[in-house]
Amino acid sequence: MKSLKASTNITKTIIYVVCIFLAILSVFPFLVMFINATRSTFQIQQDSVSLLPSKYLASNWAVFKGKSFNPVVGFVNSMLSSGGATLCAVYFSSLTAYALVAYSWKLRQPFFTFILAVLMIPAQVTGIGFYQFMYRIGWTNSLLPLIFPAIASPSMVFFMRQYLMATLSLDIVNSARIDGAGEFYTFNRIILPIMKPAMATQAIFTFVFSWNSLFIPLILLTNSKKYTMPIMVSLLRGDIYKTEYGAVYLGLSLTVLPLFVIYFLLSKYIIAGVALGALKE
Amino acid sequence: MRNKGVNYAKYGYIFSIPFVLTFLIFSLYPTIFTAVIGFTDLRGMGRTEFNFLKQPFDNFVLILNNPTFRKSLGTTAIIWLMNFIPQILLSLLLTAWFTTRRFKIRGQGAFKVLLYMPNIITAATIAILFNSLFGYPKGPVNDLFMRFGWLDAPANFHMQKWTARGVVAFIQFWMWYGNSMIVLIAGVLGIDPTLFEVAEIDGATSTQIFFKITLPRLKTILLYVLITSMIGGLQMFDIPRLFLWGGPDSATLTASLFIYNQAFSGSYLYNRAAAASMIMFLIIVVLSAALFHLMRDKDEAKFRKAERLRIRNAKKQGELV
Repeated sequence: MKSLKASTNITKTIIYVVCIFLAILSVFPFLVMFINATRSTFQIQQDSVSLLPSKYLASNWAVFKGKSFNPVVGFVNSMLSSGGATLCAVYFSSLTAYALVAYSWKLRQPFFTFILAVLMIPAQVTGIGFYQFMYRIGWTNSLLPLIFPAIASPSMVFFMRQYLMATLSLDIVNSARIDGAGEFYTFNRIILPIMKPAMATQAIFTFVFSWNSLFIPLILLTNSKKYTMPIMVSLLRGDIYKTEYGAVYLGLSLTVLPLFVIYFLLSKYIIAGVALGALKE
Repeated sequence: MRNKGVNYAKYGYIFSIPFVLTFLIFSLYPTIFTAVIGFTDLRGMGRTEFNFLKQPFDNFVLILNNPTFRKSLGTTAIIWLMNFIPQILLSLLLTAWFTTRRFKIRGQGAFKVLLYMPNIITAATIAILFNSLFGYPKGPVNDLFMRFGWLDAPANFHMQKWTARGVVAFIQFWMWYGNSMIVLIAGVLGIDPTLFEVAEIDGATSTQIFFKITLPRLKTILLYVLITSMIGGLQMFDIPRLFLWGGPDSATLTASLFIYNQAFSGSYLYNRAAAASMIMFLIIVVLSAALFHLMRDKDEAKFRKAERLRIRNAKKQGELV
């Protein structure tokens, strides 16, 4: 019994060492990035890993003036497109899920099977047709094609349906009907509040996914005034920043910062959402 | 009895209209359009008019015989494997550690938060960050390796093919193992705990419990992780593009990057890119079909269970009345 306890303790020590190593591995690249954002190119060339911030933040920021990388424009465009896509996805997925759960209609089961079937169809491999379509209707260099397609988000409909199946009691719907409420009113005023927890989780994921997406924005947006954050970031790989190490790290930091804020405020819900998403409960 | 006088079924249709319309316009139509373009001569900047080819499958034949495309499929597979095998092994190991009750690991919440973190950061940013970290002749990785004495002189990592592939695979691994781990832990927590209790009473070691009880019951979730990772891996784009533009010497040129280059970086070969897209689309459809079966079965089982429960309750109520 004693030896079992000793071996357990050894294993536990190994586990903690490995986990702490992995935690450092997660944080370290971002730490180097944030600290180097405050250091001058010369300091970084002398020694590119430092644990002490320096005082060149303002001069690194000044490098962006008059150049193509404009974090403010990228931030605003990303906010508009991701925010719009999230609102569309959350509202209309809830509505579609409600249609699937609350009403018995002839095509209900086929429609649900269809949603399952198109769950994984990715936007990326149909990008050529999407680009040509948007080009014809003059929607390139617009944020609209990044927002409206979110109205049809099969995976979110699936998630919302599972949630509604578990929480919705049709008695509420029926009593609303007796009180004379219209179906649309019932959905907006009674059902949506019930779905708030599920909507919050899904909203976080849609927002982050939309914020991070590169392929579709990259093929549609050629006007730098319309660039989203990931396209702005890709400009930092350009030649004008080749010798501006500090500025590149600062630019990267600025794109990470909003995500860090979201993540550390909401990490509890995000982790729970990841676990839930896989189980599809 | 519920539908006295009013037909509510129509609202099922009405509330589904926005989804269906949007899907038809922004998903189905572009998909069909991509397939159509694959059979045409549509190329050149700003061109919109096209003719169907006399030999309809010309673009497909050209693409399938294109050595760069073939190589890019191989590269995609290699980089995905280099990322997935260590990813699934590490996440299984961490799952075993975090769920073995004998260990009672503290701070699991904090570890999960930190290990998952890279997953939500913009892939484009991470690719450029790693490009800087592996900089030559001065860069954090070179500096650290020299400080530890692993390197005598700075190495130009960006020019080494396998290092470049390794770094791309590592980034994918690093971004996704936390996600897989959380999914697998959730799977283990869904297993009936009495199974573990009984095994412990019978004197099974934690290794035996993991391989004989936990792992077989994780089969569905492991398959889910595998297929979603394959579908995502096939479309790998942001990281190889921004890390080294697919280089050095096309060593990190994935299939998605090949398609992008065909259509959007100077050559405007929309028809070839569309043909290549359709080939990838077919692969993804096959994988999705597998995933569909996986999830449909589960759902149906649940549905049947709910149905049984409803009947039983109805019977009970009937007895009470």
